Amino acid sequence: MTKELSLDEKFQDYVDGENKIEPKDWMPEKYRKTLIRQISQHAHSEIIGMQPEGNWITRAPSLRAKLILLAKVQDEAGHGLYLYSAAETLGIDRKEMLEQLQTGKAKYSSIFNYPTLTWADIGAVGWLVDGAAIQNQVMLTRTSYGPYSRAMVKICKEESFHQRQGYEIVMHMARGTKEQKAMAQDALNRWWWPSLMMFGPSDDDSPNSAQSMKWKIKRKSNDTLRQEFVDKTVPQAEFIGLTIPDKDLKWNEERGEYDFGKMNWDEFYNVIKGNGPCNKQRIAHHVKAHEEGAWVREAANAYAEKQQKRKQANTAA
Amino acid sequence: MSKDNWKIWEVFIRSKNGLNHKHVGSLHAPDADMAIKNARDVYTRRSEGVSIWVVPSDAVTASSPDEKEPLFTPSDDKVYRHPTFYDIPDEVGHM
Repeated sequence: MTKELSLDEKFQDYVDGENKIEPKDWMPEKYRKTLIRQISQHAHSEIIGMQPEGNWITRAPSLRAKLILLAKVQDEAGHGLYLYSAAETLGIDRKEMLEQLQTGKAKYSSIFNYPTLTWADIGAVGWLVDGAAIQNQVMLTRTSYGPYSRAMVKICKEESFHQRQGYEIVMHMARGTKEQKAMAQDALNRWWWPSLMMFGPSDDDSPNSAQSMKWKIKRKSNDTLRQEFVDKTVPQAEFIGLTIPDKDLKWNEERGEYDFGKMNWDEFYNVIKGNGPCNKQRIAHHVKAHEEGAWVREAANAYAEKQQKRKQANTAA
Repeated sequence: MSKDNWKIWEVFIRSKNGLNHKHVGSLHAPDADMAIKNARDVYTRRSEGVSIWVVPSDAVTASSPDEKEPLFTPSDDKVYRHPTFYDIPDEVGHM
């Protein structure tokens, strides 16, 4: 007689067979919780990520650059909405997610707590930050939860433009005047290490990773993704004559990939804890924008109600 | 329901005439008109569609995953519904 499988075991078998989980399917409570945490955190990152970039919309150096940046920031808003909608299929309300963000209960990617000091930073954010995000998101198109996977497919299609426009900015500056090249190098210096830390703690220090890999929420480990990103990005920097700020960086013939230096994890955890350069400013701005938009939401509600009443009156007549 | 929390709409997009509307995701809006406008901004920024449907999420009735077996397995053993079930001599040509 075959052993009766528990719900958890059946679920694992189903996931192991490369089947997708859909909203109404049974899932372990911890799978649901992990996904809500991860997808909402991902959504918050897209939304908060609009701030460092929005900072340069009014000061973009040309109309072309301004149009592109506006389109990019609008995309980030769209990505946030795809992800909130994916998270809502797991039974959490968007309003609750926003409260968690505003009260600090939910996190967002630490990278957005760094300031965008010069125009070159807009290039570096697109090239490195979006580049690192893509590395992660391409993997997530194969995540086991259907709505998350579908949101990722849409996001990846759009994100490629973000990285290319960023690289174009950095490339033009690197090939410009001496001052412009220095600005590009300075931006690379400041964004390189935080970008590498976007992949999260090293595998040995990442307690939730193993379970997420088992459930196929994640398909590659933090360190694997980080290595892939380094291997892809180093030649891109060399091509435009910029130097990666890592004296330990060198090609390892034997492994067929780059060796690179140690990250400053104290800084990483310090920024997560809320002590980065812009943590307070980012949340304060989100709260302010949300509160200042209250009258718009109220007006839209009042209008919807009026239309509804008018329609009912017409039907009655 | 809090006024601050608009209801959820499911969004369907026809990518071009001749194809079905296809579910693409959901969004929040106070009424159908706003739902269409929001859907246009959220789901068709790159010419993904020529027509949008929005349906209040709570108007959708879905089958339950528990019913999967009684609903869908009966068709598994009706192979005679497929053209390949029938042996037609090659001489007859394409049919």
